[in-house]
Amino acid sequence: MDQHSENKETAKAIDHLFRQEAGKMVAVLTRILGFPNIEQAEDIVQDTILKALEIWKYGKMPEHPEAWLYRTAKNQAIDLIRRKKIRHRIENDLTYLLKSEYTLVPTIEDMFGENSIKDSQLRMMFACCHPSITQEQQITLILKTLCGLSPKEIGNAFLSNEETIRKRIYRTREKIAEERIPLEFPSEGLLGERLESILRTLYLLFNEGYNSSHPERLIREDLCEEAMRLTILLTEQQQTSLPQTYALLALMCYQTSRFNTRLDDKGLIILLQDQDRGRWNQFLISKGNEYLQLSTSGPAIHDFHLEAGIASMHANAGSYENTDWKLILGLYDELFLRTQSPVVALNRALVIGEVEGYEKAIRQLEAMKGLEENCYYHSSLGEMYRKTGEKEKAKKHFGSALCFTSSNAETELIRRKLQDCL
Amino acid sequence: MEKFLYLFRGGNNSELSPDALQAHLQKWQEWMMKLGKAGIFVGGEPLARTGKQVNGTKKVVTDGPFVEAKEMIGGYMLVQVKNMDEAIEISKGCPILEVDGKLEIRPIQKMGEM
Repeated sequence: MDQHSENKETAKAIDHLFRQEAGKMVAVLTRILGFPNIEQAEDIVQDTILKALEIWKYGKMPEHPEAWLYRTAKNQAIDLIRRKKIRHRIENDLTYLLKSEYTLVPTIEDMFGENSIKDSQLRMMFACCHPSITQEQQITLILKTLCGLSPKEIGNAFLSNEETIRKRIYRTREKIAEERIPLEFPSEGLLGERLESILRTLYLLFNEGYNSSHPERLIREDLCEEAMRLTILLTEQQQTSLPQTYALLALMCYQTSRFNTRLDDKGLIILLQDQDRGRWNQFLISKGNEYLQLSTSGPAIHDFHLEAGIASMHANAGSYENTDWKLILGLYDELFLRTQSPVVALNRALVIGEVEGYEKAIRQLEAMKGLEENCYYHSSLGEMYRKTGEKEKAKKHFGSALCFTSSNAETELIRRKLQDCL
Repeated sequence: MEKFLYLFRGGNNSELSPDALQAHLQKWQEWMMKLGKAGIFVGGEPLARTGKQVNGTKKVVTDGPFVEAKEMIGGYMLVQVKNMDEAIEISKGCPILEVDGKLEIRPIQKMGEM
């Protein structure tokens, strides 16, 4: 490798490392300095990264770059604490330990230990997903704080601009400071409820990445990856490695196993029945199976169990025709009973089509209310009519579907379907 | 809750091998951290072995303190506990005792009760 491409390689590696480690370091430093000092924690991390870039630009990366980053960040934090340059007074369980030379350095070292890093990340997750802030704010804050994404990158991912994201982060942090939301694990009685809020938000984050056909696909895949990384983190800690956490992780594994087969070379959507199952990621499917097994350790059934169960049936079926539709229908029945969600009802109707015939599916779909402006509803209905040979009705619904999508890939898919009806 | 001062005196650290010294310092950290996390430790610092002394009305500055090594104060710590009995009990875990040092416990005098 020549010097130029070597430098480029280094820059890329640093970039990846930066994002991974920035999230960890911000979580730890905020844990130490307290939430009101989160911006200073970010400054320390930013400074650390800049130093690394400056030094590594001219030479090789150290063998353990993350250790180098931690050491630099630790030294900065220690220096600021010693010189009393922390902006807001530190008020937490570490206050006294940070005040004494006996314990200052050992405390900082301790906080940068592997388990403490995870602990800090989880505390941060609980704070970011506190019920008093909206889900949109929760996702933004998670991406900024725990995943190390810049406001620009977050803006890109959500088709929003940098300034809007910046403001949202600022307001959310104000809220957390105002409400004095602590960086703590919730008490045991509240744990289930608070974990639920985290899992819902991570699932939403995952779906943001998975479902949309955003022009910048890479960023979208990053969202899925980050959501999975944080879910894995939850499974690694005793208090949060509950059955529902494993069920969500299993679901994510099954979904991502199909990542590379959902779009063709031109970025057009390939439907489940047409996907090349040989290209599904078998490693992720086996991980999904493993996590689904782990999710059955308790008596309670969570929606995620049912959703993961459905995804598992698809992932493990040899072909579309050999899918166990009856079992899937049973899972949808239960899921609908619990959620009463129109989207679940819609999906359930499509499974009914496979089990009991498309006419029955059509009757169910036609009876549904509230989905009149849903693209997926109309395209599904169009597809059912196409299958039963009622081309005029199929055309009508595909036409409606076109009105309710903003995605190019979806538009193209529906156009092709429409053409089939001519 | 009452406050007490621990004064750490003496202790033959200098006779330890580098490895043993390392292990000994580790014990100190662990002990301090344990008290810190339990909310007992509320302050304190280790002290350097050198310093100055300012004396009497003439404020004469001399090098010092020149006391015997086994009397030298190596550090102090403020703890918050129920009473003297608890302060004594907790002090027994202090690693300085393992190297033949001394730990002096002094209640904080509440002014006005003198």
